[in-house]
Amino acid sequence: MTTHRQPRLAARREALYAWAFVAPSLIGFLVFFAVPSVRGLLMSFTNWDLLRPAKFVGLANYVRLFSDADFLHALKVTAYYVLMNIPIQTTLALGIAVMMDKFSKSTIIRGILVLPWLLPNIVVALIWLWLLDPTMGFLNQIIMALGFQRQPFLGSTDQAMPTIAAINIWRHAGYTAILLYAGLQTIPKEIYEAASIDGANERQMFFGITIPLLRPVLVFVLVTTIIGSFQIFDTIAITTKGGPVDATRVVYWYIYEYAFVRFKMGYATTISVALFVILITITFIQMRYFNANSSDLD
Amino acid sequence: MRSRINALALALSIAASMLLVACGGAAAPAAEPTAAPEAAAATEAPAATEATAAPAAEAVTIRYGLWDGNQQPAYEACAAAFTAENPGITVKVEQAGWGDYWNGVQTGMVSDTAPDVFTNHLAKYPEFASKEQLVDLKPFIDRDGVDTNQYLAGLADLWGRDGKTYGLPKDWDTIAVVYNQDMLDKAGVTVDELNNADWNAKDGGSFGQIIKKLTLDANGKNALDADFDKTTVVQYGFIPGGSGGAYGQTQWSHWAVSNGFKFNDGLYATKYYYDDPKLAETIQWYANLNLVDGVAPTLADVKSLGANALFTGGKGALTTDGSWMIGAYTKDTKFKTGFARLPKGPEGRKSMFNGLADSIWVGSKHQEESWQWLKFASSPACENIVGSYGVVFPAVQSGVDAALAAYTAKGIDVSAFTAQATEANGTFLFPVTDYASEIGPIMDALMDSIMLGEKTAVDGLKEGNDQVNALFQ
Repeated sequence: MTTHRQPRLAARREALYAWAFVAPSLIGFLVFFAVPSVRGLLMSFTNWDLLRPAKFVGLANYVRLFSDADFLHALKVTAYYVLMNIPIQTTLALGIAVMMDKFSKSTIIRGILVLPWLLPNIVVALIWLWLLDPTMGFLNQIIMALGFQRQPFLGSTDQAMPTIAAINIWRHAGYTAILLYAGLQTIPKEIYEAASIDGANERQMFFGITIPLLRPVLVFVLVTTIIGSFQIFDTIAITTKGGPVDATRVVYWYIYEYAFVRFKMGYATTISVALFVILITITFIQMRYFNANSSDLD
Repeated sequence: MRSRINALALALSIAASMLLVACGGAAAPAAEPTAAPEAAAATEAPAATEATAAPAAEAVTIRYGLWDGNQQPAYEACAAAFTAENPGITVKVEQAGWGDYWNGVQTGMVSDTAPDVFTNHLAKYPEFASKEQLVDLKPFIDRDGVDTNQYLAGLADLWGRDGKTYGLPKDWDTIAVVYNQDMLDKAGVTVDELNNADWNAKDGGSFGQIIKKLTLDANGKNALDADFDKTTVVQYGFIPGGSGGAYGQTQWSHWAVSNGFKFNDGLYATKYYYDDPKLAETIQWYANLNLVDGVAPTLADVKSLGANALFTGGKGALTTDGSWMIGAYTKDTKFKTGFARLPKGPEGRKSMFNGLADSIWVGSKHQEESWQWLKFASSPACENIVGSYGVVFPAVQSGVDAALAAYTAKGIDVSAFTAQATEANGTFLFPVTDYASEIGPIMDALMDSIMLGEKTAVDGLKEGNDQVNALFQ
């Protein structure tokens, strides 16, 4: 009898420990994620202006979403941003990571690389807003001193989005490089040695060894940066506010505009739900396609 | 023993999580934050009671919101005068910039933290009223016999709908031309010339000529010169205040209305006339200052820092702006700034006449005290104080006189604004209708695209008109 009771007690105690450790995350998940998500989903079936009681409208918001040209435009603008941001940022970061791995282990350089990422987004956006100002900005003073026409940057419909992408690449490339650099450290040096004995050149080693073995880290970086990239908001809120015209009216700005300018919470949450579905789908495809959970090292 | 502690910790954490989750529920937010203002009132109560020996229960703190930082000292002085007269009531003045202010008021109404009394705007109050967030002041006005005729003509009427009153006027504003005296002198343009200029949408009239004369390229040639190079402009003749969005208050409304345009048929109209050809030709002239003539900076130049920064930075000679900006133009400039009359358009000189008022939020726990403060803030007693600060034109004549005296003492001639306000048919009222928060984003984007030359004024305004009027269907 006693021999049976002891392990069961131990198991119960273990379970209690487990729950105690999980509790902080679980509470956070419930309070800040699960409950708001469910409420958001419910809200998307209503017509709510914040101040008067919500009216249930069924699928009306979703029907409207499918014929909303501005929503489609917001998706296009967001995709344009992601397609500019992610490839350049990842390539740049990978380049920096490989260079660091080869030439420098300096913590000072690593520190400098993450510096832009340590600055709050708002500060970064404000600094660049001033640097890029069409009339009084530092960058345009240099451009004019070199004898060129000054550029509107954030003030033109053509240049605004590439400019915002550039700002965020500047901010995130260093941090991404550090993540990839950490990934590079996990690749055993013997593999490179063996390859070079077999006569492989740098290029062959990079594409034959580095990239495949870096895959799990690369997938992690891509999944998180792509989600982050789709959620571009703060830089736009500070610099262009969705403009000029609607050149930078990305999905998140569009949601904000409906929620806190037009006070149409129901429709704003409908757009949020749509964005959630899109992101889940993209992430699922990425995880599936890149086999993120297994490493070629095993 | 240890496992009991663990179990307790777990139980506590679960309970805490459930509590927090409950707080996220629909009903909870209303209940919680209300404690805050009362607690604040309680902590501030001793000071008030000491001074007056009134029972502690009567000491009340009213929160008063405004967005114009320049007016904060004036209203703090008013608040002190008010508390001296009403010892049990303290007024806490809270200021936030325009954008944050409205977000704060609206979300504050949901979370029960909005100020008791707040400065209201004509573009905003109809929605608050229709969502039943404003106290009807009519019963208070009747009870206390407040004379609404003490305000400048028309101001009080703007704040009523269906027999209810949602605000008492506190100030008003008009638009005038702002000029850089040094640039006028160098170009040989006199202030008299500017004050007597005429304007039309075809070629800008004599005002258009003055703008050209004041625009200089890198070679020092002005825009009237055949050799003028518009790609190397170093001094713009005119700095537009942006695209102006739905109302163009300081940007184009004066041009458009003096050209015979009207926004709609008056208070709470349900149809806008944005497709009026008279508006289209005005807006095209306005956009072409940059797009064709090169006598004005691009929208991009103006948008980032604002016309005011470009003007005070010495980038241009003329702009148009509202009377609440007088201080900003005269304080920090290295050159002499002056204010001239708007040019005479085909229909005369016309300025938008806008007025602010104070409203009481329905969620206020101290509506009677809020009314006492609002009544004081919109009475000559307070408006004379506000006037003496010389930051804005109060809504009663004695306050205006106080403001004029203050401006004169500072050596600033503001008659361009006051003459416009008192001239027969010199003003038109800010368009007050429903759906303002939706009309704004629609017209902002379209006016921007016209200013950038991506759409013609005729096409852009037609599109805007269709979208705006669809809101009222």
